[in-house]
Amino acid sequence: MGELIKVGMADLKTCLPPNGVTTLGLGSCVGIALRDKFNKVGGLVHIMLPDSTVISNNTNRAKFADTGIDELIRQMEALGASRRNMVAKIAGGATMFAVSSRASLNVGEKNVEAVKKVLKEKGIPILAEDTGLNFGRTVIFYPETGDYVIRAVGKPEKTI
Amino acid sequence: MSELNLNEVTQNYYDVLKEIGNIGSGNAMTALSQMLGCKIDMEVPKVDLLEFSEVGSAIGGEEQIMVGVFLGVEGDVTGSMLFLVEKQSAKTLISKVMMGMGQPGEDFSEMELSAMQEVGNIITGAYLNSLSTLTGLRIYPSPPDLTVDMAGAILSVPAIEFGVYGDQILMIQSRFFHEVQIDGYFILVPDMDSYRKILSSLGMPV
Repeated sequence: MGELIKVGMADLKTCLPPNGVTTLGLGSCVGIALRDKFNKVGGLVHIMLPDSTVISNNTNRAKFADTGIDELIRQMEALGASRRNMVAKIAGGATMFAVSSRASLNVGEKNVEAVKKVLKEKGIPILAEDTGLNFGRTVIFYPETGDYVIRAVGKPEKTI
Repeated sequence: MSELNLNEVTQNYYDVLKEIGNIGSGNAMTALSQMLGCKIDMEVPKVDLLEFSEVGSAIGGEEQIMVGVFLGVEGDVTGSMLFLVEKQSAKTLISKVMMGMGQPGEDFSEMELSAMQEVGNIITGAYLNSLSTLTGLRIYPSPPDLTVDMAGAILSVPAIEFGVYGDQILMIQSRFFHEVQIDGYFILVPDMDSYRKILSSLGMPV
């Protein structure tokens, strides 16, 4: 077993086997795991918001669905991955509370939609997803196998 | 209207915000101790400008299971408020409120969650009321909602609202405890322009 590389909120990391990459307590944020299915270069980005173009302070590229995925692809390509061999798995985008203030209204749903749109534009297929609903998720991604392990409170661990 | 720049927040502002946290949570604690019929202690509130990466660990780790009561804040001041209690502490708190009628074991019954939501409602109401009295601003809580989940997932909700402005979150955090049994936090997260309103209502130039 390799090491587990930790990705924070609005953060991204690339990862090579046998290591894994993890992010803890995803709420409305979305964790997008990418992997080159031939050379097994992987990576994970933890995005918070759907769209960098509507926000003036957008210097942190990992914070948004569009720039976050873009940047992760770029860093994986630098490690020898090829975009046309990439596949994706996604998790998160929950609605933690039924009530919310205006800024965060349906942000989980919007994040998931935005992620799907961006991946489609990039021509990266989504192999599996565990999104929406109302609970937080901890995820661990292993580029060696492509396994995306999801843990939630009071639920059995699952692998997608 | 100029926005408050997070990087220019001075020590004075921190002190004022800390005092707000102190008064708000002081009132909330009075309400809570009346409800429980016992004394509750409180730490001096902390006002922190946290990087997103530090948010989870600020209250004991991203995966710490907490009971969170969330309310939107409306009126002149907008934003959100969280009342967070560590799971085991929440169990103790509820059992006290329900006079020992709580369900044994790890999980929460519907009745217990409902009681916890009501506790959250009353004490966050006390918090916001005192803030309203202090500032002369209209501040109303929206109806609360409750979840039992990982701290990181719960805190992602206010963090996302700050994500629009930058990569940091300004939290007014008060910690309270009763002997060693109850360990919880109030977190008030005003929107950026509400910080400006609060500070100027108290005579701070912003």
